[in-house]
Amino acid sequence: MIPEPQLSRLYQEVILDHNRNPRNFKEIPNPTQYSHGYNPLCGDDYHLYLVIDESGVIADAGFMGSGCAISKSSASIMTTLIKGKTVSEIAALKDNFLEFMTQAPLPASAKSAVGRMAMFEGVREFPIRVKCATLIWHALADALKDYSSGHKSTGGI
Amino acid sequence: MDRQKILEVERIRKDFPILGQTMNGRPLVYLDNAATTQKPVSVIRRMHDFYETEYATVHRAVYTLSQNATRECDLVREKCRKYLNAKNNSEIIFVRGATEAMNLVAFGYGRKFLKAGDEIIVSNLEHHANIVPWQQLCLEKNLTLRVIPINDQGELLMDEYKKLLNCKTKVVAVTHVSNALGTINPVREITRLAHDAGAVVLIDGAQAVPHLKVDLQEIDCDFYCFSGHKVYGPTGVGVLYGKLRHLEAMDPYQFGGEMIEMVTYEKTTFTRPPLKFEAGTPPIAPIVGLGPALDYVGRLGIDRIEAYEHELLIAATRRLSEVPGLKIIGQAREKGAIISFTIGDIHPHDIGTILDQEGIAIRTGHHCAQPVMRRFNIPATARASFSFYNTQDEIDRLVKGLEKVQEIFR
Ligand SMILES: Cc1ncc(COP(=O)(O)O)c(C=O)c1O
Repeated sequence: MIPEPQLSRLYQEVILDHNRNPRNFKEIPNPTQYSHGYNPLCGDDYHLYLVIDESGVIADAGFMGSGCAISKSSASIMTTLIKGKTVSEIAALKDNFLEFMTQAPLPASAKSAVGRMAMFEGVREFPIRVKCATLIWHALADALKDYSSGHKSTGGI
Repeated sequence: MDRQKILEVERIRKDFPILGQTMNGRPLVYLDNAATTQKPVSVIRRMHDFYETEYATVHRAVYTLSQNATRECDLVREKCRKYLNAKNNSEIIFVRGATEAMNLVAFGYGRKFLKAGDEIIVSNLEHHANIVPWQQLCLEKNLTLRVIPINDQGELLMDEYKKLLNCKTKVVAVTHVSNALGTINPVREITRLAHDAGAVVLIDGAQAVPHLKVDLQEIDCDFYCFSGHKVYGPTGVGVLYGKLRHLEAMDPYQFGGEMIEMVTYEKTTFTRPPLKFEAGTPPIAPIVGLGPALDYVGRLGIDRIEAYEHELLIAATRRLSEVPGLKIIGQAREKGAIISFTIGDIHPHDIGTILDQEGIAIRTGHHCAQPVMRRFNIPATARASFSFYNTQDEIDRLVKGLEKVQEIFR
């Protein structure tokens, strides 16, 4: 049997706050990067907009759409975390977070590698909800895929 | 009158072992009956015994064990015929479930008899299983798919339906009861109008057969289907009913063993219905298990089930309407015991997780009916769907669970 999960560890106050008042909940008209994250199973559906400046720093990030408290707060917190960071920094953060959500058992180092996203640890006790927490991060990976390939192709000319 | 006799629910519950379990530390409240129903001991035992002492292949073998298995399957075919009030056992085809049945009609009938420019009508209430096969057929054959719209209560707009019907309409495929909203459609009227326009009618009975009386002579549709697992039987078996003359005219839908008369490398002749549509070794034990499931429902009496579930629907609708912020999606006058709802902007997924911690199983999502969700401009709903084994106490538990949801999301 799955160990008894704790609701209070899933719906923490900070998570609920980001669900109520999502940060960077906005469409950015001319994003340099865009992606669409959709989970057909539960209908979580988000658009992610990034503005990356010439030095490869996330100048702005926004998201729009609808979904559950876990997916929305994850998106909200993600946007606050990635702003001001470089593309390679957030790519590493994304990898760390996806590992953090899916690795079992959880190595002690994994927690410190994800910063404030560590509050999503309780979601791990609800396996069916893990994809809610990771949806926007997969969307981030998609958005960045464009960025790296875009750079490669311009670099190749 | 039979209807007046009340169901002894506490006794009935003892027939369903799983209902005595606890889930996350609380007595299980199972409210996902529209997805699938739990099984009575009689079904579980029958399949167990069959495997232990009676199992063999069907149709082909000369030995007694196989002949018995064949006979058991035939008896269930006869039970299904009676249950639906079909005329002839040859009109009862065993399939894997409603999904396969609808694919069979789309590709067994539609592919043969429809031609470019023809039209197919479905409704805005359909399960994906009654949309996608038709849509694929439309792509393949250049047909047009038309959709009967619904009103804000979730009822079909019959006047719009009449306007959609014309001489190009060849198939009308509509659900008897909506799995997403509970709406009971006027299938007899739908069929009559379609027949007047010269179209054949397929009714998806997946949500009807377990909960209301189905009389195919009265409805007069050309095809009807249901899934065994939603009527307290096993998974892996369902029934497609088709009027014999259609079944005879149609092409087989799959090819292989059991469905042939004569095979040479040049040519194969097919056997007659129903076996014409039952290629391969069928799900023998599930077919056998479907028998006691229909017997069980028959013993309780479908009239009494209908009356009792209607009481549950009325009570649950009243209690849920009192929950602040709760909005019931689908308020048809004719409705089965299915309640789809949203609570403010709390996502159904969150509602589902919190109720689960209270031991309450409800469904959240689009219920394989995305066009319904789109019609109401919502991504998903929470859905409680009831059966004769549910109780007023369980409605209480549901309401208390929803109060907890609101506490967390206050
Ligand atoms: C109305 C309706 N039609 C068709 C189906 C498909 O049934 P199955 O998955 O058993 O083939 C369902 C089940 O979800 C349903 O509710």
